[in-house]
Amino acid sequence: MEKVTLPVTGMTCASCSTHVQRALEATPGVAAASVNLMLHNAVVTFDNTTLTPTDLVSVIEQTGYTSTLPQPDRTALDEQDAQDQAQAAEYQDLRRKAGVSLAAAAFGMLASMPLMGSGAAAGHDHGAAPADPFLAWTHRVIDPWLSAALPWLYAIDRAGLAWALFVVTAAVMGWAGRHFYVRAWKAFRHHAADMNTLVAVGTGAAFAYSVLATAAPTVLTSRGVAADVYYEAVLFIIALVLVGNTFESRAKRQTSAALRALAGLQPKTARVLRGGQERDLPLDDVVVGDVVLVRPGERVPVDGEILDGASALDESMLTGESLPVAKRAGDAVFGGTINRTGAFRFRADRVGADSAVQRIARMMRDAQGSRAPIQQLADAVSAVFVPVVLSLAVATFAGWVVLAGEGSLLQAFAAAVAVLIIACPCAMGLAVPTALMVATGRGAAAGILIKGGEALQRAGAITTVVLDKTGTVTEGRPTVTDVVVAPDADLDDDALLARAAAVEAASEHPLADAVVRAARERGLALAPVSEFSSVTGQGAVAMVGGERLVIGNQALLVGEGLDASALAGAASALADRGRTPMFVGTTTGRPRVFGLIAVADPIKATSRDAVARLRALGLDVVMLTGDNARTAAVIARDAGIDRVVAGVLPEGKVAEIARLQAEGRVVAMVGDGVNDAPALARADVGLAIGSGTDIAIEAADVTLMRGDLGGVATAIALSRRTMTTMKQNLFWAFVYNVVGIPVAAGLLYPVAGVLLSPVLASAAMAFSSVSVVANSLRLRTIRLGRDADDIPVATPASKQQAPGCCGCCEVRA
Amino acid sequence: MTLIESSTLAAAVAAIGWINWYFFVAGRQTTRVAAGAGGRQDVVVRVDGGYEPSAIQVVAGRPVRLSFDRVDTSGCSEEVTLPDFGIRRFLPTGARTTVDFTPDTPGTYVFTCGMGMLRGRLVVTRATEA
Repeated sequence: MEKVTLPVTGMTCASCSTHVQRALEATPGVAAASVNLMLHNAVVTFDNTTLTPTDLVSVIEQTGYTSTLPQPDRTALDEQDAQDQAQAAEYQDLRRKAGVSLAAAAFGMLASMPLMGSGAAAGHDHGAAPADPFLAWTHRVIDPWLSAALPWLYAIDRAGLAWALFVVTAAVMGWAGRHFYVRAWKAFRHHAADMNTLVAVGTGAAFAYSVLATAAPTVLTSRGVAADVYYEAVLFIIALVLVGNTFESRAKRQTSAALRALAGLQPKTARVLRGGQERDLPLDDVVVGDVVLVRPGERVPVDGEILDGASALDESMLTGESLPVAKRAGDAVFGGTINRTGAFRFRADRVGADSAVQRIARMMRDAQGSRAPIQQLADAVSAVFVPVVLSLAVATFAGWVVLAGEGSLLQAFAAAVAVLIIACPCAMGLAVPTALMVATGRGAAAGILIKGGEALQRAGAITTVVLDKTGTVTEGRPTVTDVVVAPDADLDDDALLARAAAVEAASEHPLADAVVRAARERGLALAPVSEFSSVTGQGAVAMVGGERLVIGNQALLVGEGLDASALAGAASALADRGRTPMFVGTTTGRPRVFGLIAVADPIKATSRDAVARLRALGLDVVMLTGDNARTAAVIARDAGIDRVVAGVLPEGKVAEIARLQAEGRVVAMVGDGVNDAPALARADVGLAIGSGTDIAIEAADVTLMRGDLGGVATAIALSRRTMTTMKQNLFWAFVYNVVGIPVAAGLLYPVAGVLLSPVLASAAMAFSSVSVVANSLRLRTIRLGRDADDIPVATPASKQQAPGCCGCCEVRA
Repeated sequence: MTLIESSTLAAAVAAIGWINWYFFVAGRQTTRVAAGAGGRQDVVVRVDGGYEPSAIQVVAGRPVRLSFDRVDTSGCSEEVTLPDFGIRRFLPTGARTTVDFTPDTPGTYVFTCGMGMLRGRLVVTRATEA
């Protein structure tokens, strides 16, 4: 018994609801029905062995009201879970059926041995060739041995043996092979045909012929055709196709392993503070605003923001970043990540389908369901494939009869069946989607989210990679790189930085932020500031501790009557290295310059290596920036990029990409996804560098969750390998059919005397689709070059992670 | 050519003709969908070894809801994909799974099972043609 709530619309009065209720109650299999006029629904308890919710909907609709099946409200991971369960059940079922049919086929082969001799013993001439060369061969090999070992078998009445085989075959067809016939029939009713059609027609024809040979052999023998039975061929075909399906089912499950791994990330419960008490709640019960506690070693249950406590979190499952990320109050945490060291409390911000892991899962499922353009040919072929094969089988039969004479009816028949059985539309259908599924999963594990098959195909063809400078090649956050104290200034680095930071704390300039941050990171106290005024394009002036401080460029110093000639050499050297020097001085007392502070947007520690990998892939690397040529050239040299386009305005980026495309290049644009959205969209492939788990980057074809350039080369290498795999799969799937079908039809027979047994044909067909899936699965383990997701790179990344580290440390080191 | 041979040949030609007629020509009528409340074009597609209806005509620029009502248990039909719209859904047996999207560009799009064996067509026409 099962209970279901169905919406019923259109009911306006009590008599309407009574009408619906009576109709439901009168339906056999319904135990109870309660129709509620106000809630517009029907709660029905029914026998789920005889009725389905769909039947109940049609009962309601027959009363003149409308109803729909309840909407399954599912997240991507729920969907995956349900699909996994359905596939696991299918796999178990197939495995059992394959095992039993194999046993039945073995029995069938033994039992048919004495029968095979019958034709020859009775003096029938089989014609030039045995109808089924495989069975004839087994007969030659096994028959002498079997007749010695089991003489009683040969003593059994031949008709009795044939009937026993008939019973076994009918049972296997009706049980293990039932779905072939049922599905073939359903497809036929829809004017469609698929693999089931081929198996059903092939085995059905062989079975029908055998039944005729068993029940009315004279019909055949009177026309000079051997009344052989082919029950064992039917058994073997069903068994081998099922064995193939079993392997295929298992392999197909593995193609979605990455999504399954994602589903396994979320803990089942969360420790939530409610009413002042800690309670373990099922994940579904956690709501936005709940305060959640996480201890060391536990997984974070949902997304949120840390309220108090600090820890290092392993986010590798989401971003591919192998090193733990330090987090403290105010930082975002993500469901599914592992809390390594400290305990903390956080407020749940996003739960259920909104959480990062669920959105990644949704993106992956959508990507896996998309189509790569390379599939179009396979689509076009498979749309007409089965009807064409059916036609070829008929033509094969007629061709044999006409060319070899009516005495070859049996060979004609066997060849036609072999054509039906060897043809395999599945391999073509699986060639591209399985590779796409494995590749998107493999990418996600490395922190690379690929939007779909089309993006992947284009990424495989990239020739030129355009990198945005700020935030892509560089950190995107100016940092203090040098603090230089003037020879005559009577203070140290820290005192200079503290003075500058005190002024800059009142400023909103991005460079000012770098100075303040550097002071805070050194633990310097900032004195209160007054009379702050900023001089646009030059710097700022303010009173700090009774001292009038000036901070800015050469022009500002000149305006304030300060002489910085002692530092001119240092300033010029820093500018040559792409850094921006800011002088710090005072006009109180003796006007003097204390020193200078240089600020730069440092290149990411991983950029240089990433650019080298791109070049190793044979790609041209171009950097675009709005900066001046001198700064840009320095950054480019540090990163190993030899082509720079500087002074480009945001709209100029789009034009530059269009220009590269006009040169015939396939251009990838790498940017942060926010400022570069138009350029990302214009490029053939837009790759957005996400920050952490910010994955909803609309304009991008590929999102790199790790936040550095390393993923670009990995994404391109993965795309290239995937395209290779897809082409291999398609090639073999086509070649298999193009070669297999003519051989099965007997085209080689006049030349080489080669005939293909339907039994061998079934083995070949089963193998062909399994081999395609297996080839796709190799993408899970291929190496993608010097890759951070293969080998954890400790040195550059740890520099980034070390607390309190800034550009200064790098320079001093 | 004997009688059996010639009649086999004739029968084969007839059979091939019939096969191609049945699978490629017959059963190609398109179901035209009228917009319901709110302009949404609702259609229920029964999934039972094939899609019923298998050819659906809708108007461009208005939302479409395809409700897949899967009744069979074949692993083949467990997923439906609309590759041109980037949609892939698992269809639980005995439940109705809806897919919402808005086709903006007129044309013929396919919806298929996960392996592309079961096929349906979505014919999107300009609003004025409908």
